[in-house]
Formats: sequence, structure tokens, C-alpha cells
Amino acid sequence: MDIYDILFWVLSAMAVSCALGVILSRNPVNSVMFLILTFFAISGHYILMNAQFLAIVNIIVYAGAIMVLFLFVIMLMNLNADVEPQKGQLVQLAGVISGGVLFLVVLAGIKSARPIAIDKTASDIGLISNLGKVLFTKYVLPFEISSVLFLSAMIGAIVIGKKEEARPIAPRDEEL
Amino acid sequence: MPVNSTHYLFLSLLLFSIGIMGALMRRNAIIIFMCIELMLNAVNLLLVAFSKIYGDADAQLFVFFIMVVAAAEVAVGLAIIVMMYRKVHSVDINILNRLKH
Repeated sequence: MDIYDILFWVLSAMAVSCALGVILSRNPVNSVMFLILTFFAISGHYILMNAQFLAIVNIIVYAGAIMVLFLFVIMLMNLNADVEPQKGQLVQLAGVISGGVLFLVVLAGIKSARPIAIDKTASDIGLISNLGKVLFTKYVLPFEISSVLFLSAMIGAIVIGKKEEARPIAPRDEEL
Repeated sequence: MPVNSTHYLFLSLLLFSIGIMGALMRRNAIIIFMCIELMLNAVNLLLVAFSKIYGDADAQLFVFFIMVVAAAEVAVGLAIIVMMYRKVHSVDINILNRLKH
């Protein structure tokens, strides 16, 4: 047990327990907090595996932007544990069983997988200079296409989120 | 036993299954959406682990693109949920049953 293994087990326990907290807590705000903690644990794994750039992006994009968006929507709708819709016990049991069966099936599949040792020494493939070189040479086309994706997502979100009563002439952009 | 690839496989499988369970158990559309994010992150973790094992930067860029797609997906998805809340004043997905009629 070196420091890598200890950190792996600590971060894994944190990730799994917080993920369970996401699906088990009644209050949606608590679920968001647990999910943020899960993302921090996964970022810890990234740092452990020398993917520093992805760790930072994970914190900024997921824990920072996306979860704040979720929190905004939850608080906008004023959701809390009282108005939280609940499924019947039977449906919940069915959900747990089907998730567990999926777990067991894939577990049986990967049980016989040949374990590959991990090189625990530091490598520099996850550093931003190296990733940037690959991104802007090999993957430059997907990178540019993703900008179009973002543009369409932006327009789509505005169009969907717009209020229904559209004024016939020059509607004010009050949504922004 | 030192950590090897199987540990990472088990960990991401566990996180993915928890995400599936949550998506099937809960009726709140926002929680289901969060479970989908959890599943995406489980896959990301596995990609980074194999990037580390094989010393290949391509997998980390795939994770980067998955994050890009997830951000776009969240923007549109949350807009849809807000729209649904405006129409029916609930985020209960069972209300969407009536779409089939």
C-alpha cells in the first residue's frame, strides 16, 4: 500500500458514497451538493492519474458551471423535499434490481479481464501543452465542429426557454 | 494488492450503475438529469484511467469532448425542464405520460 493506493481507496469511497447520496437524498438541493462532492472526488482521481488539465476543467465546467446551473433551476422552481414527487416502493425496487442486474452482468464480464498494472510515476501526457498539441493537430476538426454545437445549443436554449407570448414586432430580449 | 486497471473498471462500473439506478428510481426530472451527468463522469473516469495505462493523450481529449457535449446538453435540457415546469408546474416525469395520447 503506497500513497497512490491509499488515495485511490479514499477517493473511491468518497465518490461512491456521495453518488449514493445523490440518488438517496430527498431534497434536490442536497442531491446537487452530493453530486458536486462526487465531481471533486473524480477530479482527485484525475490528479492522481496525472491528468491535471482535465481535473481543473472538471472542477470549472462541472462543479462550477453545470452544477450552479442546476442549483439555479432548482431554486427558481422552489423545489424542496416536501414537493418532491416519490415513486411507489415497487417501482423503486424494480429500479434498484435492474441497476443491480446491469452491475452484475458487466461485473461478470470484466471479472476475467486481464489486470494491467498502472505506471505510478508521473507522466506529462495530461499537461496542457501536450494536450493542446494533440487537440490542434489531430482533433482540430472535431474542435471546430464543437463550436457549432455550442452555438446551436445556445440558440436552442434561448428559443426553448423563451416565453410563449411573442410580440409581433420587435420582441424585447428580456430573457437575456 | 496494488491498484490496477481492474480497480478502475470496478469503480466506474459502480458509479455507472448508481447512475442507472437513480435514473430509474427517481421521478424528479432534474435528479434524473443529474444521474445522467453521473454516468457521463463514470465513463470519463474510465477513459482517463486507460489513457494513463496506455500513455495515450487521445483518450483525455475524448473526455474533453464529452465535457463539451455535456455542457451543451445541460443547457438545452435545463431549458426544456424550465419550459415543462412553466407549462405544468411540476417536474414530475409521470406527467409526461400524457404525451402518448
